[in-house]
This record gives sequence, structure tokens and C-alpha cells, in this order.
Amino acid sequence: MSVSLSGVGLTHANGQVALSGIDLQVKTGERVAIIGPSGAGKTSLLRLLASNLRPSTGRISLLEQQPWQLGARQRQQLRARIGLTHQAPPLPPRQRVVTAVLAGKLGQWSLAKSLLNLLHPLDLPGAQAALARLDLADKLFERCDQLSGGQLQRVGIARVLYQAPELILADEPVSAMDPVLAGHTLSVLNEEVSRRGMTLLASLHAVELALAHFPRIIGVREGRVLFDLPPAAISREQLEALYANEQLQALPAAPLTAQHSLQIPRC
Amino acid sequence: MLKPVLRDPAALPRLALTLLALLLLWPGLRLSELNLAVLVERDNAANMGHFVAGFWPLAHDREFLQLLGRSILETLAIATAGMALALLLALPAALLASRALSLSAMHHGGRPAWWAQAGRWPVRGLLIVLRSVPEIVWALLFVRAVGLGPTAGVLAIAITYGGMLGKVYAEIFESVDPRPSRALLMAGSPRLAAFAYGVLPNAAAEMLSYTVYRWECAIRASVVMGFVGAGGLGQQIDLSLRLFAGGEVASMLLCFLALVLLADQLSRLLRARLL
Repeated sequence: MSVSLSGVGLTHANGQVALSGIDLQVKTGERVAIIGPSGAGKTSLLRLLASNLRPSTGRISLLEQQPWQLGARQRQQLRARIGLTHQAPPLPPRQRVVTAVLAGKLGQWSLAKSLLNLLHPLDLPGAQAALARLDLADKLFERCDQLSGGQLQRVGIARVLYQAPELILADEPVSAMDPVLAGHTLSVLNEEVSRRGMTLLASLHAVELALAHFPRIIGVREGRVLFDLPPAAISREQLEALYANEQLQALPAAPLTAQHSLQIPRC
Repeated sequence: MLKPVLRDPAALPRLALTLLALLLLWPGLRLSELNLAVLVERDNAANMGHFVAGFWPLAHDREFLQLLGRSILETLAIATAGMALALLLALPAALLASRALSLSAMHHGGRPAWWAQAGRWPVRGLLIVLRSVPEIVWALLFVRAVGLGPTAGVLAIAITYGGMLGKVYAEIFESVDPRPSRALLMAGSPRLAAFAYGVLPNAAAEMLSYTVYRWECAIRASVVMGFVGAGGLGQQIDLSLRLFAGGEVASMLLCFLALVLLADQLSRLLRARLL
């Protein structure tokens, strides 16, 4: 079992409830898409799974370990086996792409090797291969501030592929790309993940992409799991219930305001 | 009849503030025994005139120029060696004092755990002690300890500037974008590596600019410390002043001016290229 959550809830410091009563089991090698409206808690869920946030209630187990019962050192070792890509990858603007990609291995390298690598890239072929998989091989020595949002997202994916973790968590990995590129990038990511036997959880805005590329879909709304099904089993009604808020805005001045306005999730 | 008077409503408060400032200045003048009249008294004016007149012609004989060149190099060496030692002190201290690399801050909503916060205070306190004692006092102390000469100047600069650099570096680390280093820490990276890959690229320009500015300050400080026997140009100026060799003093002041100008131009160049 790669990921196992039971009764997990997360309340932010300001008292806002982000997630409640989440039960989730993901086996090794599974590929799961998380969909849901904005503010539903997709990012919070991924950050929980990256042991980035500590759950307020419930039990969480990642790669057969319980991150919050480990010491700080063992927790860092566990984190090195989990890769999280961000919607807007946080890369220093002046850093070169090659350094940003090689930084994926910092958790596995010794400190001396990491510092030496900063002066002179130690694994050019590795970085080149990771970038080439995403059609960015020509950007190897560019600076990160010269890339577009979509290119930065692909650098983020290349970094996590170079890190080669056992569990990849992707937070809106293709949100800044055009539909064709987004589809292509998702299939590359899925291909690499299945080829290397990794586990993948990705949150996605685009429902069609999720349905087309992932064998298991989890719908999250207002911090709860609404459904957890293979794409073929998901009905149109379930999707409409998941995105009810966005339907409401598509129909201006509809007569069903009073009942539905209560359900608008806070962003 | 009363005409509508055009009067600035701010006039009265301004007048009151001016009077208050003067009132506060008066005790200051008394305490500092400032009396500008002594400047124009005949004897004093003649004395000063004599002293300044001695500045011309500039001393430029070969032997003196050799001495001058040596002291300039010595001053530069004091400032540079002092800064190098200060960096050795400041970098680890800044890393310890800064919250930027706190692991416990990640899942505590950006605030480190209380024990981690408490651990930073001794380092901060040390930096405060190092920089709150003026370098001239450290220089006097070290002249007693290691004797007259440049070593005392180097040590004094290393200690005071180590304190200043450490504090400012720590603040720079905390002010740059924390997300890159956080992302690295959350991917299991050790803290020093996360610093080198996540914080340093954003902080380097500002750190370099501030360090060059401090180097310029160190040149000036090393001249001042020369007066208490810490070597360099300052010590030569002090000697020449005591010997009433005005021409030598004037030459050395000119060189000092050129030195500060050089440092200023260098830092301006670096800032223009980096910021």
C-alpha cells in the first residue's frame, strides 16, 4: 500500500476546515486523478500526502511509514522518496534549468556532492534525459526566468522525474499549457510512471484530461471525497454535482438561487 | 470690521515646534561646551592657519612615497583580511540566526516551534554584542593584547563587521522568496543544500552588494583605528600629525580620499551589474 488515509481531517490555523473524514487507499503502481472545484481541498490533500502538512485528526501512512511518528531525520528520508510538483514551480529566477532539475536529487545526495554540483553540474546526461522526455532539451542552460509558465511546469515535472521517487504527487501539473501540450505532457508523465512502477496522484482542473488519462478518479468537494470510481463508472450527474457551483455561474439569474448559494465553497 | 484673514493653519504648530527644538538644543549646546567664538579668536585662528599652511607643499620625496605606498597596501590588507574573517564568522551565525531554514516552521503555519525559536536567541545575542561595541574599542583592546600593528585592526574589524554582516545576512535570508527552499526541504533535502539551491540564488546579489559596501566602511574604519596604533594609513597620519609634518598629512589625506573613491566606484559598479 503506497498511501493509506483513515479518517483524516485538516483544520487550518485560522479555524477553516480544509479536509474532513478522508479515507483513501492507493496501492503501489496506481495512477489516480483528483478532481473538484476550486477551493475543494485538492492542494491541501496533496500537501498532506507529501507530509508537508500535519493532519489535525486521523491516521496517515505513506510508503508503509507514519510520517508524524518519525524523528525529523527519518521524516526527511521519507520525504526524499516522495516527489511533489507545484502548480507554479517555485524555482529561483536566476537559477539555471540544469541546476533546478538536478536539485531533485538533493535528498539522496551527500551534502558535499550537492555543493559541488552547484559549482559544476555533475550529471548533465541525467538532466538532459529528464528534460528531453518533456521536449525541453534545448533549454538545459537557460535561466528559469526566461521560461514561460508552461515550460516552468514541465521543468518541475522533469525535476520530479529526475528525483525518481516512489510516489509522485502532482498539483495541477499542466494548468499553464495549451490543451494539446497538456494532453501530451500528461501521457508522458503517465508513461514514465507506469514504466518505472511509481505511484501517481495528480490533481487536475480539466475533467476530460483526468477521464482520458487516469484509471481511477477521485472527486473532492468541500473537503470531502464525493466519489472514487474508474472513469467509465462516473455519471454525468455525479460530475454536475461535483462542480455545482460552476454550473450556477453559467446560468445567470436562475430561479434556484436560495438553495444553492449555501453550497458555494469558499476559495 | 474683521476681514476674512488668509492665514496658514499650520503656521502656529510649526512655530511652536521650532521654538521647542531651539529650547531642546540649548541644554545640548551648554553640555557640549560649544562656543563658536573660539574659532575666530586671534591666537586660535593664527594657530589653525599655521597648521593648515603646513599642509603645502605636499610631501613627495621618494622615501616618503615608499612609506605611503606601503601604508596604503597595509590599510587595504587590514580591511580585506578583516572582512574575510568577518565572513567566516557571519555566514554560520546568519544561518543559525535566520528562520529561513526552519523545518518545524513548515507544518506550524510559518512559525518555528518555540524551542527552535529559543535556540536562535543566543546567536542573535552574540551578534548584538559583537556589533554593539565600536570597532575602535575592540582595536584598543587588541592593541593591549597583541601589541601595536595591523593584527589588532584585522581582529577588531573581523569582530564588529562579523556581527553586522551576520545580522544583515540573516535578514536577507528571511526576506527572499521562501518557496524554493521550502519545496526542496519538503523533497527531503538537507537544510544546507536547500539553502544553497533555494535561498542563495535569490539572496546572492543583495549579499554581495552589502558586503562590498561594508568593505568600503572597513577601509575607513581601518584608517580611524590606525590612530590607536592598529597600523595602516591611520597610524602614519597620527605620527605625521604629532611631528607637525603637514605636507605628509596632506598627501596621506589625498591618498585616503582616492581610496574611498575607488571603493565607492567599485561598489557602484557591482551594484549596477547585479541589482
